[in-house]
Amino acid sequence: MAPGTNTMTNDPILKVEHLSMRFGGLMAINDFSFEAQRGEITALIGPNGAGKTTVFNCVTGFYKPTMGMIIMRQKGGREFLLERMADFEITRDAKVARTFQNIRLFSGLTVLENLLVAQHNMLMKASGYTFLGLLGFPAYKKASAESIEIAKYWLEKANLIERADDPAGDLPYGAQRRLEIARAMCTGPEFLCLDEPAAGLNPRESLALNELLRSIRKDSGTSILLIEHDMSVVMEISDHVVVLEYGQKISDGTPEHVKNDPKVIAAYLGVEDDEVEEVIEEIEEIEETQGGTH
Amino acid sequence: MSNISNTHESAGGNLTARALREGVFAGLVSLGLFVLFVGLETTQNIRNELVLNQRWGLLAIFVAVAAVGRFLMVAYIRPRLEARKASASAKPVTEEQEGFFRRNFSKIAIAFLLVYPFIAVAIFGVQGSLKWVDNFGIQILIYVMLAWGLNIVVGLAGLLDLGYVAFYAVGAYSYALLSQQFGLSFWALLPLAGILAAFWGIILGFPVLRLKGDYLAIVTLAFGEIIRLVLINWTDVTRGTFGVSGIPKASVFGIWSFDVGAPNYFAKAFGLPMSSAYYKIFLFYLILALALLTAYVTIRLRRMPIGRAWEALREDEIACRSLGINTVTTKLTAFATGAMFGGFAGSFFAVRQGFVSPESFVFLESAIILSIVVLGGMGSLVGIAIAAVVMVGGTELLREMTFLKAIFGPDFTPELYRMLIFGLAMVVVMVWKPRGFVGSREPTAFLKERKAVSSSFTTEGHG
Repeated sequence: MAPGTNTMTNDPILKVEHLSMRFGGLMAINDFSFEAQRGEITALIGPNGAGKTTVFNCVTGFYKPTMGMIIMRQKGGREFLLERMADFEITRDAKVARTFQNIRLFSGLTVLENLLVAQHNMLMKASGYTFLGLLGFPAYKKASAESIEIAKYWLEKANLIERADDPAGDLPYGAQRRLEIARAMCTGPEFLCLDEPAAGLNPRESLALNELLRSIRKDSGTSILLIEHDMSVVMEISDHVVVLEYGQKISDGTPEHVKNDPKVIAAYLGVEDDEVEEVIEEIEEIEETQGGTH
Repeated sequence: MSNISNTHESAGGNLTARALREGVFAGLVSLGLFVLFVGLETTQNIRNELVLNQRWGLLAIFVAVAAVGRFLMVAYIRPRLEARKASASAKPVTEEQEGFFRRNFSKIAIAFLLVYPFIAVAIFGVQGSLKWVDNFGIQILIYVMLAWGLNIVVGLAGLLDLGYVAFYAVGAYSYALLSQQFGLSFWALLPLAGILAAFWGIILGFPVLRLKGDYLAIVTLAFGEIIRLVLINWTDVTRGTFGVSGIPKASVFGIWSFDVGAPNYFAKAFGLPMSSAYYKIFLFYLILALALLTAYVTIRLRRMPIGRAWEALREDEIACRSLGINTVTTKLTAFATGAMFGGFAGSFFAVRQGFVSPESFVFLESAIILSIVVLGGMGSLVGIAIAAVVMVGGTELLREMTFLKAIFGPDFTPELYRMLIFGLAMVVVMVWKPRGFVGSREPTAFLKERKAVSSSFTTEGHG
């Protein structure tokens, strides 16, 4: 385990092992392993093109990894090998929800309808795969009322209740981001993957987002994995940070640890060619003093 | 000159003076432009000499048109347009209180359709009503039903289907062949035709639905043609281009028959004079019931999770998958449901015609049904019904316009211009209302108030 990883309990909800993803000749992710602990907010950071979104797409089934294992462990102890499942099964069965870097809402549906679509699988079962519901069975009516209650709960959390009947495409950008998170939560996930939730938000919206994420973790016990560029968000809310560069993990630990990791600093700020040696020496020195196992 | 005209002048006298000034100026400009183009013409006379013709009259017309046109533009048309624009923007954005007629449009329309055959009989007599009930009523309602069925696939799920007529054909031939071979009644075969068409929808859907947009459209188009070619070439079963004739008539749930020879003949049972109009009126109510069933199921399905999933699929397929929706089965159900209604309509078509041949199921039919859906506004049942009335009723109406022969001569047959007018109408409607007659979308659930979703937010779907 990397230095600074002082997570007390070892109850990983997601274990990624030796993940590799190759696009033709490009090795987007190269032997990448990390764990996300249950009940924590794990941040995945790294410079542009480091492969963060690729990791995300592998976890949520939108890409099939070239190599490696992704294990999702639910509360009950049930385990899923995500790399073998189709994308919609990952959400439906393994309870992993996701959002997108470029917001993907159903812009022509209202805000409320967006949240109802997210409860599709629950409602489908309640409506007897449409047939019983079409005949007006009460079970569906009950489930449908419940689904509206769930939607209301999340609308209030995301501070969108006033706009529930407006088309989703009509919302301002920040509200759309929050709606997308609320929609993902309506699928009832145990693990929520957020792809740059703070991108394009102003500082105030960004604060509101932090609040929302914290309350998601606290109230619904959902673990979160997020990709983020906004360091204020990352440092503020995450319990555990994984840093990716050129498809490889360069650092892994608490925000404090990662912030001071010279490799991370080098990766983010960049170093002159002639300074590379120096930096490496420096890193080695630091590692020695810390007694790291790298 | 142009920047003067852009500034606002409120005084009316000022406006007229300015309009006069601009009119004169426009006249002068056109005089300068056209004096050599129009005013003088060079031709060769019989001895190949160049002759200069002077056409001052024509030039005067050109100049006058320019001057008067400019005057009218500045003095009347532009102020009016601006006033309208100003009043439109000054009006608050709140929805206008819709009139009684608009609010209850569908109820009024259904009530009218219920009494329509009686109105026709009352006005034109029993025999005279035939044309109005059959050519207009039934014909339009068949297209309404087909378009509503296709609307599930194209309007709700956003899957562009150019081969919808194939399912119509499956329904029609199912009834035609099964009733002749096994003597089954219409009421037994109607659901069967729907099920068979849905089954073909699924068979087509399985390999095809991984395609998107244009590719999907091409493959469905090919499927439509394949069905038609099979019908033509499988002569042992379908009798090829000769078609299947002598298809039995439907009965009123087996109680009354419409076969003249039958003991329970409808007219005899009620002591009415013999006429084929009763059968047509019965068929009218039959297709009305079928069309309303389609509408009812569509409305109900939209409020069910599957209907919402269809619309979500149209908006964003990837987001759907990220929410755990199995997009393949969702698409398949849309395809099968749409096909099923196509099958119902098909079996009705066979009953009504008493004869089916592959000629009734050409690509043009698919195109007409699709254009009705697009013109009506994808997803909107009312809009589609209006579009069907305008398009199908309009072309039927052309046949009635015999008075045009008086204008264009006896060789003029207005129905030959049907496609031309159809096309022109489509261009006009698409320019005037790009999202169809009813572009807005009714939400399926709401917390406080039901607000229509403007067409600028909805997407057409990409397959």
